[in-house]
Order: sequence, then structure tokens, then C-alpha cells
Amino acid sequence: MDRFVFLTLDGLSRGAVYAAFALALVLIWRAARVVNFAQGAMAVAAAYVAYSVSAATGSYWLGFLAALAAGLLLGAVVDRVVMRHVDHASPLNPVIVALGLVLLIQAVLGMVYGSEFRPAPAPFSRSALTVGGLALLSPYDLFVFATVGVVVGALAWVFARTAVGLRMRAAAFAPEVSRLLGVNVGGMLTLGWALASSVGALAAMLVIPTELGLHPHAMDLVFVSAFTAAVVGGLDSPPGAVVGGLVVGLLLSYVSGYAGSDLTPLAVLVLLLAVLLVRPGGLFATVAARRV
Amino acid sequence: MSATRAVVPPRARSTAESPRRAPTPRGGTLLRHLAVVLVAGLLLLGLSYAVEPFRNFQLATVAAYLCATAGLTVLTGLNGQLSLGHGALMATGAYTLALTQNAFADAGLTGGWLLPVSLAGALLVTLAVGAVVGVAAARLRGPYLAGVTLAVAVVVPALAVTFDGVLNGEQGLSVPVEPPPLALGAYFPYERWQLWIAAGTTLLVLLLLANLVRSRYGRTFRAVRDDEVAARLAGIHVARTQVLAFVVSAGTAGLGGALLAVLAQSVSPGAFSLTLSLFLLMAVVIGGLGRLAGAVWGAVLLVALPDLSHALTELLALSPAAAQRLEGNLPLAIFGITLVVVMIAAPGGVQGLLTRLGRALLARRSRRRS
Amino acid sequence: MSAGDDGLLVVRDLVAGYGAAPVLHAVDLTVPAGTIAAVVGANGAGKTTLLRTLSGMLRPSAGRILLDGEDLGGTPVEQLVRRGMAHVPEGRGVIGELTVDENLRLGGLWRRDRADAGRALDEVYQLFEPLARRRRHHGHQLSGGERQMLALGRALIGRPRLLLLDEPSLGLAPRVVARTMALLRQLRDDTGLTVLLVEQNVRSALGIADQGVVMSLGRVVTTRPAAELRDDADLRHAYLGF
Repeated sequence: MDRFVFLTLDGLSRGAVYAAFALALVLIWRAARVVNFAQGAMAVAAAYVAYSVSAATGSYWLGFLAALAAGLLLGAVVDRVVMRHVDHASPLNPVIVALGLVLLIQAVLGMVYGSEFRPAPAPFSRSALTVGGLALLSPYDLFVFATVGVVVGALAWVFARTAVGLRMRAAAFAPEVSRLLGVNVGGMLTLGWALASSVGALAAMLVIPTELGLHPHAMDLVFVSAFTAAVVGGLDSPPGAVVGGLVVGLLLSYVSGYAGSDLTPLAVLVLLLAVLLVRPGGLFATVAARRV
Repeated sequence: MSATRAVVPPRARSTAESPRRAPTPRGGTLLRHLAVVLVAGLLLLGLSYAVEPFRNFQLATVAAYLCATAGLTVLTGLNGQLSLGHGALMATGAYTLALTQNAFADAGLTGGWLLPVSLAGALLVTLAVGAVVGVAAARLRGPYLAGVTLAVAVVVPALAVTFDGVLNGEQGLSVPVEPPPLALGAYFPYERWQLWIAAGTTLLVLLLLANLVRSRYGRTFRAVRDDEVAARLAGIHVARTQVLAFVVSAGTAGLGGALLAVLAQSVSPGAFSLTLSLFLLMAVVIGGLGRLAGAVWGAVLLVALPDLSHALTELLALSPAAAQRLEGNLPLAIFGITLVVVMIAAPGGVQGLLTRLGRALLARRSRRRS
Repeated sequence: MSAGDDGLLVVRDLVAGYGAAPVLHAVDLTVPAGTIAAVVGANGAGKTTLLRTLSGMLRPSAGRILLDGEDLGGTPVEQLVRRGMAHVPEGRGVIGELTVDENLRLGGLWRRDRADAGRALDEVYQLFEPLARRRRHHGHQLSGGERQMLALGRALIGRPRLLLLDEPSLGLAPRVVARTMALLRQLRDDTGLTVLLVEQNVRSALGIADQGVVMSLGRVVTTRPAAELRDDADLRHAYLGF
């Protein structure tokens, strides 16, 4: 029972990160109808920026902010320089271009930083606090929950309550009508990419200290898990992404705790296939994934 | 689904279907393919004596990659299904071959028939795996299919660690391969023998694929790619067609992986990472989706680019550490950039550019004549 | 204002279309301020294309569009609301995923005068009471008549000088059409709004318009006072076929 409680809390903490990363995927999917397969690589690039800034200034938090800023910038650049010019007539085209970006970004990171693992320190202790002999959350887990909570809340507020959020939603749902109403649709799209990329960078900053360390491929498996989370929740649903993230986090934690951590990648694949084959639109979907 | 259409530009489609040769009877096509393959085989045979062993090895590697890229071209270019998981299918073939060859060696068996049997085993196992993935893939579209196959590409190499009792984890397995037959002479270069094996297998695969592409099945592949609804109305069983395309391309990927294992005489998960899967896709896109000739360009690029970047880094006279970083990553960067640029500027790929160039030259010549 | 072209909207020699083949061939049009012009004509006459070109969604290949004497050439679509032009597109363009309130507020987001945008919102809710009752409903939950109100109201929040309307009567009950037309006339009289109306429903459109513009195959065939086109049976036969 103690172990179950521990695994549940640990899974929720991992899940919070997947939720943030899945949310970033959903943001871009809603805005541009593109699954950003380069998001993992972009997030790692932002994390490397944080690494350099922290190394130069000695401050974790400056690095943290630098990662968020780098994420914003990278997202905007990817939209303006690359994605905007891709012919979206086939859904394969943006996917292939995003994969080209993955290769490019990982190669540049490898050239600049090499491909050995770099240490990625956590700003708070990662050893779990024990209450009455029961291992619960670590301070770092609490930090993760708080950060993801703030981000999810802030995004929900921006989209539901602010003028720019209204513009972004309108631009995504009805670009032509929005332009007639004076909305700078191209600008909203770029803003969407920037925001999503920054949220992705944040997720990378949160998850990398809990893994082996900083590496050009550090987010490959996280991307697959977060994609699964987004699919579980339905690619169109931001609340679905959050729930999906927590579900995937819990599943991975239980599998890793009860069956061995080697099996977690396989568990992700099985979950992804199961959801897509049984309920392709995700658990929260109103539209089916398969359109013919 | 009409949405998969634009991957192959209209011009590419018309060349793939080659309306000019449409009236040729089926036997004629078969003979023509056979002739092309025989000529290519003879050329390679001559080449294997003309060039040094290292080039033989490189050519053999091209042949192994070509096996995989040709199958992927059929899947993505002709049938409109995207797979990011073909590196994992290559791994399946490679590990199957390694396990069979090791089993043969442990049993003390020797003989020239062992390798063909192992290759056939690798083919069969990957066909089966391809059928399973293909059945799932046939129900998925666009980004969903990409996501699932990406998951396959990331997860499958990790299985080598999960089942390290059999697959020996990150270390991988060594692949015992018999030396060239004594009949070829005592000093027959091993690399030449490798080229013969790889090129022979791949040419056979290409012959079969070329005929498949021209056959009734090839036409249904393209019909499904161009418009699923129209294909269904025309009486084509869409899902079955998609599974068939996936199985075929999986089989060729498995064979390609098995050949790579024979060439390297070892297999390890690191050789079949996500990057390999992406490389294969890049090779197919850059070569030109929808054409088997494009797959050749792609496979050549896969081998030539690391070689070129090696030569380039040697020119730059960097510190050993920096040179190693650059050398390892330059091909990736070039591939990535080329891919993005090709998708934006020239969706027809290298073969598309060549076709256009050839057409322009022909047009100019006929203008001059008239 | 260019010499001799006395109108809020002046169109000269406008050529536009999709791809190589032009749909509009040298269209000329003048709409004086504070009047309603009805563009009528058969399907495929180029009416919608004309509106899309005027609001910048389609780039003209030749010709000029002047709004209050200013050349609109090259102005991006999203800037045109700032010049005082509102376009209610074909099908009305209600965004189904947004609520009524969000749809309406979207119409005024570009305005710097936030206070007046708020006043305009209140006025629209007074003008269209059913909308006020359904503020929190989503666009896709509305009836055709309510959508019409929402689209019109959203355009009015920008306090436009020129309103472009594409087939406002499409799919609506005759009673609702009559109410819409009456509203347009009232807006013209009360606020000096200029309206360019594209309609299949020739009778209703000419019933409220000051000027009737007959288009056929991408050209303006004739421009007459609307009453003349409506009441003169010979003219009607010649240009409109009824």
C-alpha cells in the first residue's frame, strides 16, 4: 500500500510534466492543424540554452527564464521561417518538415555541446519527504506541480478571458472571418507557436533533471509519452491533454514500479495503440480521428 | 483520403505511372525490368573488381540501405502511408538474422546455404511484424500514423535492453558470417563477397518491387493514395491494400537490416535508433517520393554524406574533439536542412529535378530540330 | 477625392478572379455616402467575387478601389476594418465555437476607443434583444435568424462607414428577410451608414436600395435608381428576366 501511494504520487508528478508537454502539442494542433514532431528537439534546444546561461551566471533561475525565452523565440522562428512556407495540402508535409527540423536541431546541439550527457541539476531536493514512515512527495515534485498548475491556469485564463486569447481562438477556428474583423491571423499563429514552444521548453526543464541528464535526444521518449497523452485526451482538447498527461504518468509509474522500468517504453506504445484503435478521437473527443 | 495527395506532386505521379509506356504488354515490362537488373548486376560485378575493398564495402552498404528505402518508397510515395518506424523494422530483420546465425554457429553447422536461410528467416519475421503494425496503421491517418510509427521507432530499439537475456542489451550481438567460398580463390577480398551478397539480394528485391509497382497491385496502391473514397467506390479494398503495402515495405526493410547486420557482422540497438528511421524517410523524400529511382539516390546519399562530411572535417584541421563532434553531426544537419528545403522548394526530390531537367533538355532539342 | 467620382466607395476598371481567368471584367461602381446600393444578377455573375475583392480577400489584377477618396490598393484584409469597411461574408461567418458575446466582442477588438466599443456592444444588444438573451450560447446553437443578427451586430460594433453584405436573405424566412431589410434602411436613415448589398432576392433588395446595379458574367450591365429597376416592367424584363 505504501508503495502504491508512492508510485501514485510519483506518477502524478511525471504526469504533470507530460500534461504540460501534451498541452503544448495541443496548442499548435488547434492553431495550425500540425502535430509538431519537432517539439521535443526544440524543447531540448531551449534546455541547452538554460544550461549555458546557468553555467555562465551560476544561477539556476536565470537559466530557467532563459529557457522559457528561448522557447518563445524558437517557436516564433520555426513558424515564420519554416512552417509558414510548407504546403499544408497533405498532412504528411508538415510532419516530414518537422522531422527535418528534429535532425537539424539535434545535429546543431551535438556540434555545439557534444553528445555526452550533461548534468541537469534540480533546484530543489529530489528526495521524498516522509510522513510517519510513508514516503510521499519530494520538494521538487511540489515545485513541478506548482509550476505546471500555474502554467495550465495561466493558459486557461489567457484563452478564456483575455482579448488576445479571444483573437487566437478566433484565428484558429475561422481564419478568414477573423481577418475581416481585423485580427492579424498570421501574428496569432506565430504567437501560438511561440507560446506552445515555451510551454514545451518549460516541460523539458522540469523533466530533464529527473532523467539521465541533458542530451540531444533527452526528449525523444518524453515526446512519445506526451504525444500518447495528447492522443488519450484528444488532440483538440486542452483539458484532455492535462488528464491524458496524468493518466500516462500514472501508467508509467505503475508499470515501472511493479513490472520494471525497462518495460515503460513498451507500455507507452501499447497504450497509444490501444487508444487509437479503440477510441481514435481520444477519451474527450467529439470528432473521429479517422476521416475518409 | 484526398489529403495525402500533395506529397507526390502531379508530375511525379505521371512519371510513376509512365503513361508513355502504358501500351507495353505485361511480359514486356517484366523483360525490361529483368534486363535493367541484369545490366546493373553486370556493372556492379565489374565494379567490384575495379574498385578497392573499402569502396566495395560502401557499395554493399548502399545496397543494404536501398533495400529499405525502396520498400519505404512503395509505402510512402506510392501508397501515401508515412512510416517513421522503418529503422525498427530493420532492427527486427537484423536481430533475427543475428539470432539465427548464432544458433547455426552454436549447432556447429557450416555451409553456403546458412546465410540464405537466415536472410529468409529475417524476411519472414519482419513480414509478420509488418503485418501486425500494418493492420494498426491501416486504421490510422496522417499525424496519428506518424505518431504511432514514431513510437515504434523509439520503443523497439529499447527492447534490446528489456530482453537483454536474449538480445544482450546495449552491447548487442555479434553476427558470425562464413568466409567467401574457397572456389573463389584463397585471396578473394571479403568486401567483394559482401558486395555480391548485398547487391544480389537487393537487385532481386528491386526486380520484384518494380514488377509489383507496375502490376494491378501497384495501381491499387496509387489509387488508394490519390483518393481513398474514389478507390473504395472503384471496388478496391482500401484497408487490405494498405496492409499489403505495409507488409511489403516491412519485408524489404527487414532484409535491408539483415544485410546491414551481415556487413557489420554485429547488431546493436544504437545502430537502429530513431535517427536511422528519420534518415530512411529523409532519403526517400530527398530522392523523390513515388519513384524507385529516387530510392537509389536516397540510399547513395545515406552512405555518401557521412563520407563527404568526414572529408570536409579533415580539411578544416580542427581539434580532435571538435572534429569528432562535427563529423558525427554534419550529415544529420545537412540531411535536416536538405529535407526542409526540398519539402518547401522541390517536393519532387532529386529524381524530380532530374526528370524536369531531362524534359527541359528534350524540349530544347526538339525545338531546335523543328 | 478624385475628380468627378463623388461617392464613399468608388470602383474603377476592376479586374479580378481566381487563377488565370478573370471573373470580374472592368467593373465600375460608385456608391454615394449614406445610400444603399444593391448588386443583383444571376448566379455566377461575379457578385461575391466583387465583394471579396473589395474587402481585400482577393487581389485585383487591375483597377482601383477608393474608399472616401483613399486608394485601398494593397491594404491587407485585416486593416480594412480600420478604414471603416465591414464585410459580412457569404454564410455570415458566425464562429460556431465562440459564444455570442465573444463573437460580438471580436468585432470591436481592433478599436482603440475601448469605451465606445463597449457602448457599441450595448447598443447591439438593445437592437437585437434575442442576442442579449443568448449571450452565453455558442454560435452553432443559434437559429438562422439569430446568426444573421449576430453577423450584422458584429459588423456594426466596428461603427463602419461602409457595410458589405453578401446574400443576407439566404436561407431565411421571408418575415426575417423583411425585418433585416427594414433594419438596413433604418440604419441608413439614422446613422448615415452606406451599404453595398449583394442579393439573389432581387425584390427585397431593390425594395430598400437607392441604387440598383445589375451584373452579368462579370460586368456591370446597368446602374439605375432602384425604384426605376423595380417598377419599370420593361427594364426588369430586359435586365433581370422577370
